[in-house]
Amino acid sequence: MLEIKDISVTFNPGSPDEKKALDKFSLKLEDGDFVTIIGSNGAGKSTLFNAVAGSFYVDEGSIFLGGQDITFLEEHKRSRIIGRMFQDPLKGTAPSMTIEENLALAYLRSAEGTNPFSHISGRDKQIFREKLSMLGMGLEDRMKHPVGLLSGGQRQALTLLMATLVTPKLLLLDEHTAALDPATAEKVIELTRQIVGENHITCMMITHNMQQAVEIGNRTFLMADGKLVYDVKGPEREGLTVEDLLEKFKSGTGKALDNDRMLLS
Amino acid sequence: MLYILKTALELGLLYALVPMALFMSYRVLDIADLTTDGCFVLGAAVSVQMAAAGYPIPGLFLAMLAGSCAGFVTAFLHTRMKVPSILAGIITNTGLYTINLMVMGWTSNVSLLKKSTVFSMFKKLTFLGDWYAATLAFLIVATVSALLMAFLSTRLGLSIRATGDNIDMVRASSINPTFTITVGLCLANAMTALSGAMVGQYQKTVDINGGTGIVVIGLACLIIGETVLGRRSIKKGVIAAVIGSIVYRVIYAVCLYTKVIPVEFLKLLTAAIVAIAIAFPALKKMVLFQKRKSAHTSGRRFVKSKTVPAEADGSGKGEK
Repeated sequence: MLEIKDISVTFNPGSPDEKKALDKFSLKLEDGDFVTIIGSNGAGKSTLFNAVAGSFYVDEGSIFLGGQDITFLEEHKRSRIIGRMFQDPLKGTAPSMTIEENLALAYLRSAEGTNPFSHISGRDKQIFREKLSMLGMGLEDRMKHPVGLLSGGQRQALTLLMATLVTPKLLLLDEHTAALDPATAEKVIELTRQIVGENHITCMMITHNMQQAVEIGNRTFLMADGKLVYDVKGPEREGLTVEDLLEKFKSGTGKALDNDRMLLS
Repeated sequence: MLYILKTALELGLLYALVPMALFMSYRVLDIADLTTDGCFVLGAAVSVQMAAAGYPIPGLFLAMLAGSCAGFVTAFLHTRMKVPSILAGIITNTGLYTINLMVMGWTSNVSLLKKSTVFSMFKKLTFLGDWYAATLAFLIVATVSALLMAFLSTRLGLSIRATGDNIDMVRASSINPTFTITVGLCLANAMTALSGAMVGQYQKTVDINGGTGIVVIGLACLIIGETVLGRRSIKKGVIAAVIGSIVYRVIYAVCLYTKVIPVEFLKLLTAAIVAIAIAFPALKKMVLFQKRKSAHTSGRRFVKSKTVPAEADGSGKGEK
């Protein structure tokens, strides 16, 4: 599904602040893979996501998604097939627009070729209503409310819905529950599992919660210094514990996992 | 008195598309578009020259086209060339001075003497007495308002609103911000130019400096309208632009007539209104902070309730 070949990204090249964020990085995801990614501070996790999503172009190497070379595809064109969520719940939605209008924007992804001067139709609204009721937050009765009035958890759940409203080929989740309280985070993770599972979406999720990292999905990446240190999958992944993961990290990099926000349990 | 109010209503409607354009650029897209001054004169120049040549109605449309070209240049500088938006507007505005002189045939003033304008044509067509100009201006403004409201709830309109509301979200969705900003600025400047075109044909003259300060006046109108109507929805915003414009012209007319405030002071007053209105959240924060600070320094709790309101009042007056 996703294939990354030897990509490198260097920030501030030629200056004292030069930082090699990704160094000849390669990976290959199968269709329907759900990968959790953990790593130290500055390991290049978010850089990897930004490179795949097209926030910047890679210095070298190439990226393929579903057989299509997207290395130099513009960001807004990639986002037709790539869904994204950030840690900050404020980043994913337009606050002064209503829930309905936000969903209509997300629905634009499927709208290639439709008339840009068309309005939200009654059928669209019916679809939005059904999808919102899946969240179980009562948002389906508040479709005319501005999103700015929602709580962080509600906004993040809405963002998840928007990112998957038109099933993407790839879903990138960058610590999307880190800013939420534990109960809400649990709810959003449950929704993530459900939506990703039902739609068979290929997904990568950065997390700092070690328990989540070993429990969710079918594959785990360990990253350090812009490299993929460990790729745990198949039978080895089943029954993987947090201790195993820490051990693997240490044997792979020669240092202990160093992330100031890491949750071990 | 009725005559003065009629003139104020006429001017308010004729100029209403400027605050509406600023609503589009400043409120919806969150870009302070300083192309406005030059664009207004461009619209007036194109329309007056076309009327002089005997084509007053096509003149309005051509003025809108010219205005949207000016908007396109600003948008191109801002989105593709990465010039900060305010600077992009100033650059286009400066360049427009020469373009405007060129359109006006390298003179700084063009007058239409006995040529027919959209207003004189409309007067002949209808029997509205003295109210023909206000009626025509109202019809044009109402049409543009209705079209703008409808447009802002289309898929493209929603994308433009999202661009101004949350650029991070737009980057992560399938919307191309370069495209939406360009469309938005072209539309805004088409509206500004249409306003200039109407004013030009109404006054039967265009002056190269006729647009000076019009962006601040437009902002003042928008702010006045939003104060009257509140600032919640798109529909209210569009209507606020029109109402604000009329209220501003009434204030202007009252000043002119009663001489309570000399007319020469009006630009300074306008600038002050805009500055204070935009600074209002910061001022409010400052007052609250001073209150907290004085409550803190006044120390002992049992005197707090006595001293705080007095000091807070003092600081409140100081801010004003």
